[in-house]
Amino acid sequence: MGPVERIQDNFARFLDSDIWHSFRTSPVTVVATVLAVVMIVAAVIAPLITPQDPFDPASLDLLDAFTAPVWTEDGLWRFPLGTDDQGRDLYSAILYGSRISIGVGFASVILSIIIGVTLGLIAGYVGGTTDAVIMRIADVQISFPALLVALLLNGVLRSVLPGSSHETLALVVIIFSIGMSIWPQFARTVRGSTMVEKSKEYVQAARVIGLSSRAIMFRHVLPNVMGPVLVIGTINLAIAVLLEATLSFLGVGVPPTEPSLGTLIRIGQDFLFSGEWWIVIFPGVFLALLVLSVNLLGDWLRDALNPKLR
Amino acid sequence: MTDSLLKVDNLVRHFDVSPPWLNRVIERRPKSVVKAVDGVGFEIGRGETFSLVGESGCGKSTVARLVVGLYNPTAGSLEFDGMDISSGAARSRNRSAQRRMQMIFQDPYASLNPRWRVMDIVAEPIRFNRLVKGDAAIRQRVGELLEQVGLSAADGEKYPHEFSGGQRQRISIARALAGSPEFLVCDEPTSALDVSVQAQILNLMKKLQRELGLTYLFISHDLAVVYHVSTKVGVMYLGRLVEWGETEVIFAAPRHPYTRMLLDAIPDLDMSGRARTPVAGEVPSPIDPPSGCAFHPRCPLATDRCKREAPKPVSVGAAMVACHAVEEDRLPEWHG
Repeated sequence: MGPVERIQDNFARFLDSDIWHSFRTSPVTVVATVLAVVMIVAAVIAPLITPQDPFDPASLDLLDAFTAPVWTEDGLWRFPLGTDDQGRDLYSAILYGSRISIGVGFASVILSIIIGVTLGLIAGYVGGTTDAVIMRIADVQISFPALLVALLLNGVLRSVLPGSSHETLALVVIIFSIGMSIWPQFARTVRGSTMVEKSKEYVQAARVIGLSSRAIMFRHVLPNVMGPVLVIGTINLAIAVLLEATLSFLGVGVPPTEPSLGTLIRIGQDFLFSGEWWIVIFPGVFLALLVLSVNLLGDWLRDALNPKLR
Repeated sequence: MTDSLLKVDNLVRHFDVSPPWLNRVIERRPKSVVKAVDGVGFEIGRGETFSLVGESGCGKSTVARLVVGLYNPTAGSLEFDGMDISSGAARSRNRSAQRRMQMIFQDPYASLNPRWRVMDIVAEPIRFNRLVKGDAAIRQRVGELLEQVGLSAADGEKYPHEFSGGQRQRISIARALAGSPEFLVCDEPTSALDVSVQAQILNLMKKLQRELGLTYLFISHDLAVVYHVSTKVGVMYLGRLVEWGETEVIFAAPRHPYTRMLLDAIPDLDMSGRARTPVAGEVPSPIDPPSGCAFHPRCPLATDRCKREAPKPVSVGAAMVACHAVEEDRLPEWHG
């Protein structure tokens, strides 16, 4: 079999699988997936489908500030969802902002998967003192709310790094803060499944062949413990997006010149009582829909991959 | 005597099953140790099949795992073709010994990685030991191996879940053979299979032994299976060998009361209607084994001496037996 046939074969297997069936027969999941995909794709191709680059101060005009959405009497077709206090087109700002939100979400979840899965795998496979040390660190961290850990890391990193690099490194700092605050969940799950897999005979067979612990952990055990990681990863993507929004809302996230969804909401809430409701509502609705659909996807994945619920 | 491939001498393996440190300190509970294997010694000659039999928990699987290096012995020595493999360090000095042995496991549903194609599973020992170079050559070798165990070369593209228990056990055997071993440790390879499939697998193993000159250490609780495959048998009870020798001798004239009890329990058409000694009692806990001869609480011939003193193995005829009753010559006739 060549590589192409192999891919076709795998695709045929997928179409034939329980998971595809369970996906097709769950309308909520289909809608959530379509919504999530549309939002993510829109975020990726934002420059192609928006009239304005809201991150470029030269394209903004303060005279356009506080324009109402198009369907109200003051609305303008140039700004379908209205503008904020700086004259940023909200539709463009939301798509550009969601790029940051989604990007930070994915990056921090991937970072926490790398850290958590590696540590969990080592803890579960090696056991003993190594296991105890890793898991106690995870326990201590899990006893603090993720937001608090992220805030703490954010503060520490900002004071350690030179002031001039804050703007450029803001994204890295926030990804690191969020990633480091959610890894214990992955570590715990992976440790548990690793301990189950470790006692199975295929692992012992690999040991008899003479493979090193590292080869066994990453080639044999890892593929068998990734199922639950996928589920928690999806749910944590929503959590990471929310964390980023919260951090930005609190003013410690991304720089205000490149607003993410959280920053837009923070800006908007200053004007909520003076009547410019659209600045806070639209980014808020977008964020809520994004998190909701990703969460629904995660819930479905959890059920679909759980053999007890089939 | 044929030259021996594996020499096991006074092998001991203890497992620490103590409660956690805090519980021991606060509740004043003592350390406890399971003596899973407690002084086992035997030799396996080249081309032979040595079987270890015994009830669950007698330590026979632990012996198998000690031999292939999944556990390290607490004490005693293991020698493979003159090379010392008694500890992890000795094993890594003598890598060639490890390369020449493979293991077949009990549960064919757990012994194959569910995420790997059969092709990759069987190719793993080949790739690891660099026995064959080049993808096409490996592919061809795997195909040969699969055909050797009665599957088709095309089965390599499938995943383990597409096979039945017996077919999976064949894949396991193909993987074991892929490393070109001389010595196979088989830990109850047929006990998870249907009786009809058991026979196929056993015949396959015998055929491979003839063709490739393999030596087997065969672990089983099924005496009928053991009789079918082995040249020598060792009967284990609570971590010790109580009787061992040529299969014919042991089955025709068993001496140890425990061996007799096990043989009496084999269902047999000729014997139907006759009164038989039932297998009485349970295996005592290896954490707190009985004093003296571990079998004395269940033994019909037990005396005070059996309670006090552990019997030493003595050579009787062509077999070795560890029993005071045999030593003192007060054994009743075997109905045979």
